[in-house]
Amino acid sequence: MNSSVIVFPGSNCDRDIALALEKLQFKNRMVWHKESELPKSDLIVLPGGFSYGDYLRSGAIAGKSLIINEVIKAANKGCLILGICNGFQILTETGLLKGILLRNKNLRFINRDVNIKVINNDSKFSNKYKKNQILKINIAHNEGNFFTNSDHLKELKNENLIAFKYCDSSGNINENSNPNGSLENIAGIFNSKKNILGMMPHPERMIDNQISNIDGVNLFSSLIK
Amino acid sequence: MKFSVTVTLKKDVLDPQGKVVQNTLLNLGMNNLNSVRQGKYFEIEIDSNDEIEAKKKVDDMCKKLLANLIIEDYKVNKI
Repeated sequence: MNSSVIVFPGSNCDRDIALALEKLQFKNRMVWHKESELPKSDLIVLPGGFSYGDYLRSGAIAGKSLIINEVIKAANKGCLILGICNGFQILTETGLLKGILLRNKNLRFINRDVNIKVINNDSKFSNKYKKNQILKINIAHNEGNFFTNSDHLKELKNENLIAFKYCDSSGNINENSNPNGSLENIAGIFNSKKNILGMMPHPERMIDNQISNIDGVNLFSSLIK
Repeated sequence: MKFSVTVTLKKDVLDPQGKVVQNTLLNLGMNNLNSVRQGKYFEIEIDSNDEIEAKKKVDDMCKKLLANLIIEDYKVNKI
């Protein structure tokens, strides 16, 4: 599997995700945002961080960068696209995913491990997980409060496009287990073709038992054909 | 030609920053305060003599970058 990680000024999870991909034998390339061509890729990752210092809105400037046109073209051809944290924000700013990530409800930057539940494991990104499996994954964001209009929310539910929801350690999905105010505890969503996944939690930080856990590994192993 | 652009959150979108500013103003003893909404302000200078054409350009800028129309409204004025 060939993967490309797009690097923007201010990206800071790019090397973590590269490490995760290489650990799972992806042939990975780092692609600077000013490039106008993408290497042949089965998977493109938009990493976490603070692209362009979050100027204007998180992800807004990166969402109009030169390389993004190529990412959009690849996405429309069915290439797998994974946006994590700031990458998720960029995906919503490009329009590849609908909705938006607003400021956290409590106005604080949240950096801690939270529980999320696998809502849909029937996708190229989540097939190695069990449905309703509870994972412990780190979140680190200021704008992770997912919001969308009622039509899109209906679409997400009816077409089973919600990938992950925040929950507690027993799997309860409610206001108490919602760290940032996200609509219906949504932590990650697919587009209608399910070749694009945007998620706020950081699976690339959960690939090694010595520093965290290995709950993120199956996201990357799911992708391997 | 110079234009001002004001970008504000739509009425039904929660504005936690505005809320905090509002509470702080109340703490300062500012009474009769109904609500505070926070937004963004831009001044844009365009090299043009055609006001209608220039305003159209600024409008396009708002739609493409300055505002996210899912949650924000914008106003353009000549200054």
